[in-house]
Amino acid sequence: METLANIPPSFLLFLGAIVTIFLKGTARNVWLVAVPVLTFAHIASLPMGNGLQVSFLPGFGDSELLRVDKLSKAFGYIFTLNAAAALLFAFYVKKVVQHTAALIYIGSALGVIFAGDLITLYINWELMAVSSTFVILARDTAKAKGAAFRYVMVHIFGGLLLLAGIVMTISNGGSIAFDSFDYAGANLGTWLILAGFLVNAAAPGVSAWLSDAYPEASVTGGVILSAYTTKTAVYVLLRGFHGWEPLIWIGCIMTVFGIIYALLENDMRRILAYSIINQVGFMVCAAGIGTDMAISGATAHAFCHIIYKSLLWMSAGAVLYRTGISRCTHLGGLYKTMPLTLIFGTIGALAISAVPLTSGFTSKTIIIAATEHEHLFWPWLVLELASAGVFLHAGIKFPYFVFFNQDRGLRPKEAPSTMLWAMGILSFLCIYLGIRPQALYDILPYTVDYQAYTTSHLVTQMQLLMFSALVFFLFLPMLKRTATISLDSDWFYRKGGQFFYATCDKCLNGINSIAHKSLIAGLTHSICQFAKESPTRLLAFLLTPIWEISGNSPEQQKELRENLSQSVRNGVFPIGITAFLSVILLAALFLF
Amino acid sequence: MADPKKEFDWFDKPASRKLLWWILWIVCGLTVVAEFFIHRHPHFDIDGIFSYYALMGFVGCAAMILIAKGLGLFLKRNEDYYGDAEEETLSDDIDGNAR
Repeated sequence: METLANIPPSFLLFLGAIVTIFLKGTARNVWLVAVPVLTFAHIASLPMGNGLQVSFLPGFGDSELLRVDKLSKAFGYIFTLNAAAALLFAFYVKKVVQHTAALIYIGSALGVIFAGDLITLYINWELMAVSSTFVILARDTAKAKGAAFRYVMVHIFGGLLLLAGIVMTISNGGSIAFDSFDYAGANLGTWLILAGFLVNAAAPGVSAWLSDAYPEASVTGGVILSAYTTKTAVYVLLRGFHGWEPLIWIGCIMTVFGIIYALLENDMRRILAYSIINQVGFMVCAAGIGTDMAISGATAHAFCHIIYKSLLWMSAGAVLYRTGISRCTHLGGLYKTMPLTLIFGTIGALAISAVPLTSGFTSKTIIIAATEHEHLFWPWLVLELASAGVFLHAGIKFPYFVFFNQDRGLRPKEAPSTMLWAMGILSFLCIYLGIRPQALYDILPYTVDYQAYTTSHLVTQMQLLMFSALVFFLFLPMLKRTATISLDSDWFYRKGGQFFYATCDKCLNGINSIAHKSLIAGLTHSICQFAKESPTRLLAFLLTPIWEISGNSPEQQKELRENLSQSVRNGVFPIGITAFLSVILLAALFLF
Repeated sequence: MADPKKEFDWFDKPASRKLLWWILWIVCGLTVVAEFFIHRHPHFDIDGIFSYYALMGFVGCAAMILIAKGLGLFLKRNEDYYGDAEEETLSDDIDGNAR
């Protein structure tokens, strides 16, 4: 029992990933669902405190592979719970590489959550980046490959910022322990660590990896990816950077940014990707507020968000699976043949919009209440507006354009039963946590004295949501989808990359061609030509008078000259000429 | 494909859409009326205004749509802008036979 309590949960998933390779068919799929369920049970049984410590870098102190407290446990629960649902949804997938990558990805996310020191955290952080790239690559299309390449480049950049920050922190005499950083005593090292974390949180300016790559992943890849990278970043911000004021504003910008882009977007899964940025904005803002209530609120929100966001990605995934289409301009009218997918997707959409009786209402509103408690007027206003906007872009727009709007003549079958079961379980959780939030409040890091269900809160929330819905339908002509994409910050490296390539091509290849023309084709060629021609010319010059004296006609002289050139080229001369040349040489030696 | 006559198409009918519009207006009205019967605890000055949340929902969302629309003029591009337009073949994780 003692040893079991020392096993980091990530190890179970890594082991699970290895075993997966050797399994086949249904056994493999059952195993894939069982591994996260077992890991969930293991996390539940872990005692609070610090477990497994290893020393592998002498002089840096012990690495702490397992730190268990309420915050890490809450994230551990939801990570494994979601993994079980996502892998049940993925029951149809035959490719082993996607599953193996997914388990390593989820495992390394858990590795970050339970890491007690910066080095363990960094190793898992990078492992997460690499394994998630394979999840994207598993879709095996040219677009997915391009997106995965850009994705991993951005994450390598973020990882390097983190590494530089950790190295500077340690060399400044800091310890490797991962605890909260002091805002007042911030130095370049801590700022770099924060920057590394913010890359994964999809902060403004570095968010495009998310909306670029996730929608290019496979049907289940999208479901799996939606949960972990950004939420691990939320976790590390909550633990390491709570109370850092800039995070409040970064979070506020993210919430609005996500809405604006989601409103512009045509691809249903890209709408959901932008909506992740919006939702993570709430949590980042809460980390910036940093009070007990805000941290608990962000944890509760992350917990519920993972469930309903996964559910939304699942319903979009089921539509993509059955139709092969993800663009709103080509979808519509699916309520006729995919009613269950519609119902489950709508439950997710209502939950993300914080409609009463759903989990969003009992979790996200804690963060807003935290802004009220701290009398932070502008953050409060932005978050309230963003809540209204969520209903607009994710709550109504997504189901409306996919399942209703215009009938495009698509008559796909209902989603496969395992997909429906996975969606059903998550839908149940969305409603259960909306009705009985206490079960969630009990596992939060700090005690929450919050009552979501007051008549005044119900009325104001319904006012906010219903009038948002009214705006949606009144402005519907303006929201008509167009077959376009929107420029995001990835423009800088996608077009910038092309520009860089073209510039290098022009400059370097230009220099190359000039060098070729002047040196290789010019000078070298001339030297070569000189070496080849000059002996013949010299000899012809010397021999011409002799040929003239011998009475050769110009035609004969021409022939003789050609023979001579041939002989020089082959290095063979008639004995007479050799003797003649020898005489000349000896004469020259004698005279000079 | 199922028999088109039996298909459930309630949401496509103009009468249904009209009904849904009525429901939406009535619910909106009810949420405002309900405010007469509750006691609110505003945290700031502005949220003490009557039906503040209804106004914020309406004005805020309208503003966001207009801003998005305006930004769309600058940000929207054709789908093949990056030179990687939709592929001809479907990836194998999509159930091509189901349709």
